[in-house]
Amino acid sequence: MRLVTVAGGPSVGKTSIILRASELLHEQGLRVGVVKFDALSTRDDQLYREKGIDVTVGLSGSLCPDHYFVSNVQDCLEWGKRQGFDLLFTESAGLCSRCSPHVKGVLAICIVDALAGVHTPKKIGPMLRLADIVVITKGDVVSQVEREVFAYNVRLVCPGAHSLFCNGITGQGAARLVDRLLCAGATESLEGSHLRFPMPAAVCPYCVGETVIGETHQRGNVKKLQFADAEVK
Amino acid sequence: MSALLAKHPCVREFFRSVGLNVSETRRTFRVWLSQLADEAVFDAGMDREQILSHIERLIVEVATLESTRLSPIQRLTIRGGRDKAGHAENVCIEAGAGQVVCIVGPTGSGKSRLLADIECLAQDDTPTGRTILLDGELPSNDTRFCLDQKPVAQLSQNMNFVVDLSVQEFISMHAQCRMVADVAAQTAHVIACANRLTGETFSADVSVTQLSGGQARALMIADVALLSASPIVLIDEIENAGVDRKQALELLITGNKIVFISTHDPLLALRGHLRIAVRNGGIAEILVTTDAERKNLEAIEAIDVTLSKIRDRLRQGQRIEEPIEWPQ
Repeated sequence: MRLVTVAGGPSVGKTSIILRASELLHEQGLRVGVVKFDALSTRDDQLYREKGIDVTVGLSGSLCPDHYFVSNVQDCLEWGKRQGFDLLFTESAGLCSRCSPHVKGVLAICIVDALAGVHTPKKIGPMLRLADIVVITKGDVVSQVEREVFAYNVRLVCPGAHSLFCNGITGQGAARLVDRLLCAGATESLEGSHLRFPMPAAVCPYCVGETVIGETHQRGNVKKLQFADAEVK
Repeated sequence: MSALLAKHPCVREFFRSVGLNVSETRRTFRVWLSQLADEAVFDAGMDREQILSHIERLIVEVATLESTRLSPIQRLTIRGGRDKAGHAENVCIEAGAGQVVCIVGPTGSGKSRLLADIECLAQDDTPTGRTILLDGELPSNDTRFCLDQKPVAQLSQNMNFVVDLSVQEFISMHAQCRMVADVAAQTAHVIACANRLTGETFSADVSVTQLSGGQARALMIADVALLSASPIVLIDEIENAGVDRKQALELLITGNKIVFISTHDPLLALRGHLRIAVRNGGIAEILVTTDAERKNLEAIEAIDVTLSKIRDRLRQGQRIEEPIEWPQ
């Protein structure tokens, strides 16, 4: 079974792109499954079911959705194999631009939204920089200039990656994406595999429920903001 | 390290974007990288090996960007597919560089679909089953899906400016990514051309988001004619937008573009070299503009001038009471 990790910020069109690609994969007689990760709630599973795609939802609740993802991705793979899928997508929650749910040796897609503005590619971290395929959505609603500059900036942030425009509504460009997906190798197990980059670090009292503000409660992995007018210690 | 930064400005830009402070030093890049604090590397979102390989790929990518130029296209061919009822179109349409093809037809007849087929250089893989050839050949997948050097530029109706930049900054940003030699001069040229196309002129300092519909259209037409490398231009309706249509077309033609315009406007439709009539999702007629039509175009233009004068007077709060002298 092929495994594909799909990441991207909130509302960039991750679900739409997976749906458009899955429709084409279905036409080729392939079975597709999706594991949708989110923090509190999601209704995307309904969208998948309406299209006849098997879906499992993983809600991380108070945990970082990315840490939750990495603790569960092997189980996702086992579920997909039990179901007999040809291809399994994992869709990230898309909460921060620092997350990086990409695994070495597993096809990694990052979805970015042209509406977010031409400077956005530079602000996204390893989720974009370490992706194999970059899908740019909503290119039809920005000006020709912004489309070209956005694509140029993506190439600079992600040199060597395969980047393409895909319209999540009409599906224009999805065929090209599917060609790329089918080039992915099979993933039989993730035991011992490595993430491409460490998850955002978070080990401090606030990770485990502390709510009081104040210096005495800031222990563990704490980092302080540097102000220009502060004395240099 | 200093030499590397001087030779490849993109590397400095990369370090800035990941928040690493670069130092001008005689040390080699690898030594500098190994001496960085682990925490700084972690915050950059890549490990040392990934940074190294990223920079290698970046330098190659920038060199590719600088060296690849879109090859000019002399001829575009549309091979018919089928209409909404599944009837074969049985047409083959050719358009050459410097030619304008107008697409006419009722609302919902399939004009936008035809533009979309050209935009994605359809190869019998869209609902219409049409095929687009460039210079008589099927375009390669690299040409079809190339990201920033697409052969087709599209000025669509539902276009928005998202960035909040001045006209000057906006156009020079485009010129820079097009790797134009003299960015400032080319930017000034585009803005001057745009101002000639629009009745309501705008300054280079105004924000693009504040431009009127007509001004935005004029700016995008001037930009696509002068700055964009794409040899094929698609335009979705430019009527009623306060743009000098005659000059706009001339600007695009002198840029040797192959232009497709979807329109209801007689001034545009008759100025094209040929027009495609679309009906029920299919190409129904192909009409080459005749001399008699060109003659009529002159008469329609004269009427348009009279109408524009009336429009201007209305704008100025005047009455329109005296008998109107229509051109003969």
